[in-house]
Amino acid sequence: MNAMLAVAALVAVASTLAVVAQRRAVHALLYLIVSFFALAVAMLALGAAFAAALEVVVYAGAILVLFVFVVMMIGSKSSATGAKGWIGPSILALALLGELGYALLLDPSGLGGAAGTGQSATSPKDVGLALLGTYAIGAEIAAFLLLSGLVGAFRIARRSGPRPDPSADGGEA
Amino acid sequence: MSALDLEIALALAGILFVIGLAGMIARRNLVFMLLCAEIMLNAAGFAFIVAGARWGRPEGQAMFIFLLATAAAEVAVGLALILALSASPSLRLKDLDADEMRSGGA
Repeated sequence: MNAMLAVAALVAVASTLAVVAQRRAVHALLYLIVSFFALAVAMLALGAAFAAALEVVVYAGAILVLFVFVVMMIGSKSSATGAKGWIGPSILALALLGELGYALLLDPSGLGGAAGTGQSATSPKDVGLALLGTYAIGAEIAAFLLLSGLVGAFRIARRSGPRPDPSADGGEA
Repeated sequence: MSALDLEIALALAGILFVIGLAGMIARRNLVFMLLCAEIMLNAAGFAFIVAGARWGRPEGQAMFIFLLATAAAEVAVGLALILALSASPSLRLKDLDADEMRSGGA
């Protein structure tokens, strides 16, 4: 049994439960970041290092920062966070940090899930070959989806702002 | 990967999905509902990764990348909608309550 996986699963469940139970959106975002970190550790323990890196970079790094921006822009009373709101996420994140230190220093075989499980980790090269070789059409469709999401977000957010005078810029819209 | 690891990981994916579903049903704040949709998408992606790791195939991580693109597009459009709703002067949403939006919009 992989102890790293079990501890990360416990942290993920606890922090995700805390996300749903929070009253303020900023506190929920803090717990959700910890939850994504815990899932990244679980993926690492399963041998999916590339997906773990993507989880941290894209989910916790890009998508949740978008959420933080929007919560700050809406700016109601829910965006104020005191010192108390940091305690719970800090404890959970420290548990993850301790787990990472344990895996790095004391049990190097726990990282990557390769040794002790009788199965090799999937390398990013294999993932890239599958993504751009076998599933190239899926990657193209994902690119279309991202482009349409960009255009749609731009259009919706533009409508909410002050409407530009259509006669001023030659009716470009 | 031992059978116990597989069970723990799949149970984690299922529990996270159920937590997200319960939050989506219980919470009425639009930001929280979008967060719960993220939790559910993430749990589904984790299930893909578990399956990919179980059989040692890269397809699980490839599907996770597709889910990542889907989640990014969904969050971009959803957050733009939330911003537009909160800024709309005709639809006075107090604290972005979805129920108020239903009754106020009619």
